[in-house]
Amino acid sequence: MAADHPSGAPPPVPHPSAPQHETHLAAHGIELADVQSVREQKTDPFFAKRVQVYPKRVWGTFRRLKWTALFTLLGVYYLLPWLRWDRGPNAPDQAVLVDMDHERAYFFFIEIWAQEVYYLTGVLILAAIGLFLVTSLFGRVWCGYACPQTVWTDLFMWVERRIEGDRSARIRRDKQPWSVAKFARKAAKHAVWLLIALLTGGAWILYFEDAPTLAAKFFTGDASSSLYFFVGLFTVTTYSFAGLMREQVCTFMCPWPRFQSAMLDEDTMVVTYEDWRGEPRGVHRKGSDAVVGDCVDCKQCVAVCPTGIDIRDGIQLECIGCGLCIDACNDVMAKVGSPPNLISYDTERRVAERSRGGELRYRLFRPRTLLYVLLMAVVGGIMLFSLLTRSSQGINVLHDRTKFVRLSDGSIRNGYEIKILNKARRARKFVLTVHGIDKARLSSAGAAGGPAARLVLTAKPDDVTAYQVFVQAPAAALKAADTKVTFRLVEQATGEATERQINFTGPAPAPQDGRK
Amino acid sequence: MTTEREKDSVTGTETTGHEWDGIRELDTPPPSWLMWIFYLSIVFAAVYVVLYPAIPLGGSYTKGVLGYSSREALDVSMAQLRKAQGQYLVQINAKSPAEILKDPQLRTFAVRGGLVAFGDNCAACHNLGGTGRHAYPSLADDVWLWGGKPADIYATLKYGIRSGHDKTRTSAMLPFGTGQKMTEPQTADVAEYVLSLTKRSKDAAAVTRGAALYGRQCASCHGKSGGGDQKQGAPALNDQIWLYGGTKAEIIAQIVRPKMGVMPAWVDRLKDETLKMLSVYVHALGGGK
Repeated sequence: MAADHPSGAPPPVPHPSAPQHETHLAAHGIELADVQSVREQKTDPFFAKRVQVYPKRVWGTFRRLKWTALFTLLGVYYLLPWLRWDRGPNAPDQAVLVDMDHERAYFFFIEIWAQEVYYLTGVLILAAIGLFLVTSLFGRVWCGYACPQTVWTDLFMWVERRIEGDRSARIRRDKQPWSVAKFARKAAKHAVWLLIALLTGGAWILYFEDAPTLAAKFFTGDASSSLYFFVGLFTVTTYSFAGLMREQVCTFMCPWPRFQSAMLDEDTMVVTYEDWRGEPRGVHRKGSDAVVGDCVDCKQCVAVCPTGIDIRDGIQLECIGCGLCIDACNDVMAKVGSPPNLISYDTERRVAERSRGGELRYRLFRPRTLLYVLLMAVVGGIMLFSLLTRSSQGINVLHDRTKFVRLSDGSIRNGYEIKILNKARRARKFVLTVHGIDKARLSSAGAAGGPAARLVLTAKPDDVTAYQVFVQAPAAALKAADTKVTFRLVEQATGEATERQINFTGPAPAPQDGRK
Repeated sequence: MTTEREKDSVTGTETTGHEWDGIRELDTPPPSWLMWIFYLSIVFAAVYVVLYPAIPLGGSYTKGVLGYSSREALDVSMAQLRKAQGQYLVQINAKSPAEILKDPQLRTFAVRGGLVAFGDNCAACHNLGGTGRHAYPSLADDVWLWGGKPADIYATLKYGIRSGHDKTRTSAMLPFGTGQKMTEPQTADVAEYVLSLTKRSKDAAAVTRGAALYGRQCASCHGKSGGGDQKQGAPALNDQIWLYGGTKAEIIAQIVRPKMGVMPAWVDRLKDETLKMLSVYVHALGGGK
């Protein structure tokens, strides 16, 4: 694991006085940020007031990556419900839809019934292992780039910067007493935040009903009250999580940072300060023979950090691995003419080797990553297999609460509720037979015709059709009070068969006491 | 406990003044967000007390300015339910049980409604699912005393059997063993003949003697071959269903001093729509004709 702080590193050079230091930096065209890390500012771990973080604007590779992720993910989120997918008549044409009223979920060509929700379990398992895999390879890229908390926070910070200006302007304004201008800016910011939050909630509900219809219904007030509730809920959570709480969510609410250390090892790519190169911090002055490292201690890395930490303290749970400090530092390194990547996105092992002058290859294949890939392949394989081989029909059988009925000819009758699951989008005919008892015969309540060896039942398209079915058997055919019988449902056209076993109840076999 | 506040030298936090084996307890204030939740809860409670029923006052209670009452809410939702059922109930009132059975949607509705009414009114005697018990006929088998057509079931439900209602259907079996009709050995002979109808007799001579008696005394109601007569509620004697038991002793007992069941008239106790739904439900139990 990356150490909190290099214990073997030489102590930092005594700090020159602040103005002096600033002048030295300015000579290189670098601004000294007036900033302290959250750790430095914290006084009491239990009830210190929240330390406001004012992230500074930054340019560079990682910032571009973050913008790309933001546009892609928000684009998917807002546009996906509008995507159409033709499923034929009497079926929704929305590509991704969770239809709560009809207990159906649609994902392009896949249709899931409520009782098949275990596919969701599979997806969640895949997502969890996928997260483990990505984290053990590339560190907390989920936190830095893909987590909704990060994406929306990034969007909200952009709005803040457009309205309130960059870091120093915001700090200055917050220190000023309230004025009309300050109030106007703050109000504008919060208004835009609320609008975005409202759109977030608005887009969420589109996944649960036909998007174009719902969008129209929403504004005429005809949508169901639960939909308005969820829009409200997501508006409030988006506004408070992305606007107000931000890094507090990651640091105090999210469990993921707490066990990330179990995912990281010395071959995981993490955002690392190369202290062997940077220490001791300071600016080399002409005529001075003090040895200084590449770190000029400009604190730009702290200023741009969205969680307000100092990466030079080493890996810490607040670090979301976004790499914005790398962009900031590389900018400075270019200005002072030092090689880039003093803060690097690299593995602990490689950094240690580099400090000794060597170079190691990046190890993509490790027992841990191979195990994750294997697990994903197994889970994904099982899901794919069951998805491809799942039947378009099913049968559920429920025995009546009454045990049995004796008929006038002495035969025994049991009643069952037969539910036929027809996942095809057309009505289908099924042949129902019962096996396990000789001369058992079937009849259906409400259907014409006496008991027969087989019943032909019609199933409604894309629905469950219930039938009350009676099975009667001669008492002589029953060997015991309980007999196992098997209902066999055969689709008339394709011959595909589905079976279900259940009890047939009769009287206990007559005692041979001559009571005839 | 001391009232003097003492500060812990290491953390600078006040202590509670408690000391156990030299260990003092810090009086760490709770985080402010927790306190805010606490204060908000108090505000919530105050608002709730104003808006909703809250404080009991002997026989009454504070009603709250919103005037909410869970009893009234129940009435409202029951009224909504009745309104939703209205279209079906109108049709059920307008149609005969046989017509209801022909309409799949109405049939389903009536079977569900009948199930509930059956559990409330009928299951005590006829058992859940209408499977009957000793002396109470099964309604799920294929045997009917007074007819198993929808209209027959409806009539039985409405006016009952031997119920005392003006329109009730009634019949009585004579107590053959208590007067001059049959001697004791003769009742045994008739019983032996009845057993023979279901091929359970082993005494051919008694059967012959009983057959003559049966022809004179019983056949007018129970039929020559024991098929029964639903017009007068005479049960069939040639099947496997025995309301009061099918052993020889039980048959003799029924000849000597017959038991005859009573079905109450429900016409004054249940709504017509309920009676119709019950008729449909009983018909659909599996034995309807």
